Amino acid sequence: MTKEEKYNLAKWAMNHALENGAQQVSVTIANSVSSSVEVREQKIDKLEQAIQSGLSIRLFVDGRYSAHSTSRLKKEELAHFIEEAIAGTRFLSEDEFRTLPDPELYYKGGGENLELLDTDFEKIDPQEKIKLAFDAESEVFGKDERLISVSASYYDSKNERVMVTSNGFEGDSANSVFGIYTSVSVKGGDARPEGGWNESAIQYANLKKEGAGSIALEKALSKIGQQKIKSGTMPMIVENRQVGRLFGPLINALSGAEIQQKNSFLIDKLNEKVVSEKLTLTDDPFILGGRGSRLFDGEGLATQKRTIFDKGVLKTYYIDTYYGKKLEMAPTSGSTTNLVFETGDKDLQGLIASVEKGIFVTGFNGGNSNGTSGDFSYGIEGFLIENGKITKPVAEMNITGNMLQLWSGIGEIGKDVNLNSSWRTPSILFEQVDFSGL
Amino acid sequence: MNVDRRSFIKTSGMFAAGGVMLPTFLQSCHNEQISANVKSYLDHFEVSAEMLQKVIAAAMSKGGHYADLYFEHKITNSISLEDGKVNRAYSNVDFGVGIRVLKGDQTGFAYSENISMEDMLKAAKLAANIADQPTDFTPVGINEKAPADFYRISKQWTDITIQDKVPFVQKINDKVFSLDEKVSKVNAFLGDETSYVLFYNSEGRLTYDYRPMMRLGAVCVMEKDGQIENSYAARSFRSGFEVMTDQLVDEIANEAIEKTNILFEAGKPKAGEMPVVLGAGGSGILLHEAIGHTFEADFNRKGTSIFSDKFGKKVAENFINIIDDGTLPYDRGAINIDDEGNDVQKTYLVKDGILNSYIHDRISAQYYGVEPTGNGRRESFRHMPLPRMRSTYMENGPHTVDDILSQVDYGVYVDNFSNGEVKIGAGDFTFFVKSGYIIEKGKLTRPIKDINIVGNGPQALADITMAANDYKNDSGTWTCGKDGQSVPVTLGLPTVLVKKMTVGGTNA
Repeated sequence: MTKEEKYNLAKWAMNHALENGAQQVSVTIANSVSSSVEVREQKIDKLEQAIQSGLSIRLFVDGRYSAHSTSRLKKEELAHFIEEAIAGTRFLSEDEFRTLPDPELYYKGGGENLELLDTDFEKIDPQEKIKLAFDAESEVFGKDERLISVSASYYDSKNERVMVTSNGFEGDSANSVFGIYTSVSVKGGDARPEGGWNESAIQYANLKKEGAGSIALEKALSKIGQQKIKSGTMPMIVENRQVGRLFGPLINALSGAEIQQKNSFLIDKLNEKVVSEKLTLTDDPFILGGRGSRLFDGEGLATQKRTIFDKGVLKTYYIDTYYGKKLEMAPTSGSTTNLVFETGDKDLQGLIASVEKGIFVTGFNGGNSNGTSGDFSYGIEGFLIENGKITKPVAEMNITGNMLQLWSGIGEIGKDVNLNSSWRTPSILFEQVDFSGL
Repeated sequence: MNVDRRSFIKTSGMFAAGGVMLPTFLQSCHNEQISANVKSYLDHFEVSAEMLQKVIAAAMSKGGHYADLYFEHKITNSISLEDGKVNRAYSNVDFGVGIRVLKGDQTGFAYSENISMEDMLKAAKLAANIADQPTDFTPVGINEKAPADFYRISKQWTDITIQDKVPFVQKINDKVFSLDEKVSKVNAFLGDETSYVLFYNSEGRLTYDYRPMMRLGAVCVMEKDGQIENSYAARSFRSGFEVMTDQLVDEIANEAIEKTNILFEAGKPKAGEMPVVLGAGGSGILLHEAIGHTFEADFNRKGTSIFSDKFGKKVAENFINIIDDGTLPYDRGAINIDDEGNDVQKTYLVKDGILNSYIHDRISAQYYGVEPTGNGRRESFRHMPLPRMRSTYMENGPHTVDDILSQVDYGVYVDNFSNGEVKIGAGDFTFFVKSGYIIEKGKLTRPIKDINIVGNGPQALADITMAANDYKNDSGTWTCGKDGQSVPVTLGLPTVLVKKMTVGGTNA
């Protein structure tokens, strides 16, 4: 579907809902094209292609609310779908807090091109994509006698959407992603450690086309001989790509829905110092080519650059229109864009060198965090650090603690930011963490 | 694409899609009860046997050795309650056909959301590209196969209006509030799903399935002296609306209250290795993570599982029998046919302590030269099938709960979980304990909460030294994730003792 076709269908669906009893309506139409190829033992193991499209509609009917989606886009069926949905909505209880956003807050166009789409997406030769997967596999295949299995994938997708609302919003966006993922298993004693590595980019030209295989192999080999060590309280460094697992619960606690439903440990904490002064975090939607960049959010609200934590002081909650009304707070946006950390001076090696005895965490294994208290416990794997050096691989251990205490105890924030994600996390050193092992 | 993670999530339901009372959307079957025969399903998808044969011929045209078509129409609805009122509804309709071509163990896959000849042939040709030696495929005769009948229902969800559903969700809210003065918030939900599946393959097998599913549950939030705690209870079955009763509502409400109340007094155990007693029921998460995923034959075929060279070997005490079963009536993990059209079995993974079978899909069954076990499953027509679990459980053992507890000097007793994960190659698995107790000198003493337990699969299996006679299946909303695909499962266990695992906790 072209952009115009999407706009036309979205407006048609919106008008059909308005004509059949809805007072307010929001419609989004999205489509995507994706492909992937996985190579194993020097032949193609899996080849997948997909074209997907769908419509979702939010209905506000006589003070009541519902939301629906479908992959059936023929007008005749959509008409029926919308009418049935409106009829069903009338059986719900009224909800005075449900409305479309204040039109004043909508994105009104004119924003700059955030460079989220490779406009040459269709022009890339499929044979070249397949070759990238073969190349990544070749970096590993036959390269080490301990190797059991290697698989390498190339994947890409292009996503486009348009959104219209009955109180005046119209907007569209599009993005692309290209990636190479390699997964390696090696034999080490009874265990068969795995290592994986992913490279991705928004523009095909920027995709790092070599190295995903070699890094995955190196990661797998480094895990041979993993052992748990004695339980103890000690410093922990978390690798940049893994920090999100520990940062997620903190961000989740800032969500309007969680606060209003009392599933947050940061209720009524705005403008209070809640974590270490070493944490300064900005939500920046306008980074060119940033994985989380956008001009408007899922409701159409214009995005803004916001400080989330300023030297440990909480400055912003993530509040959408509905929970804003329930909490009597101004909406900010219900979701994160690019999270940007104020970084320190040291790279990963510098952080490791600063630890006398501690654990460098390179992966998590299960675990969870309690939304109301912030109490957490996660399985981990990584390496023991002794006298500033990595000495042996560890696994089958847990870390246990409380989110606010953990983030209040930041030792140092690294400068090795991971740009492969919208959460641009650096490696972080935490001062004292409870590890359980032997 | 995080392939080394096998997440296992108990969803909290509230945020899942679903919604109103939407009937089916094809005009041809609007408000009609679809009959249990192949013709009804062909009509439902507006295709004929000849069309299917043509699409298969296109899929096989480049020299594939096998191809299949998986048609699916899925209608998902949910309503939920927040702040005292059933004030939101969600629905989703998904419709299409997945086309798969195999050449040896290589897979080509494409799908189409439109079931016109033109679109299906286009997808078939894309999938065909896994092979590269053009050949003429001669269609085989149609071989109709009636599916099993593990979940016959009397009231289809597509016939039930939102008006019929609302009272049950409201009742859960009212019941939870009535049971305890500390309750400050309730989130309650009812979700239902109806899937129509039609399957045809290059061997001529033509079969179908009608798959209902429901889930009903609540999150309960309590406050006491400034402390806030919440917990969750839910039930999920492949049942129709007839399963909805006041008794089910009461059961869920009581469990939500009980699970939340225990948290106010709960603390943390000491960190380190200790004996772990797993209570009957949801503790089956141990089997799912410790051995279930690592028994999935795709990992073993590639040699990446820690159990790859343990087939036919002794892996557990003689009294241990572990099963993966797709045949339990109305079970969330039951399927009448698997998503490759195969018959479904009750499969002994471990029999009398010996590793008896892996968990197979078509590709791995062929690799190992065994019959498929009916474990080829997929999230939807948009996904290719993989070896997946159904209901995974252990049969009763020779001991009693009292025998087991009396063996423990200091350890933990756990019976309420939220999620788990496993690293296939290292065999390290974890599960997250929402609540349990410390065991001191054979007695349950202080409650504990929010701790992760980590173990190693082969070691933990060998370390199950006792199993009681109180097997229980857990009918919660368990959902298993693998390679980005989610499928519904269940699990179960009698009370067992694992000699030692590493328990999260404090070092103070």
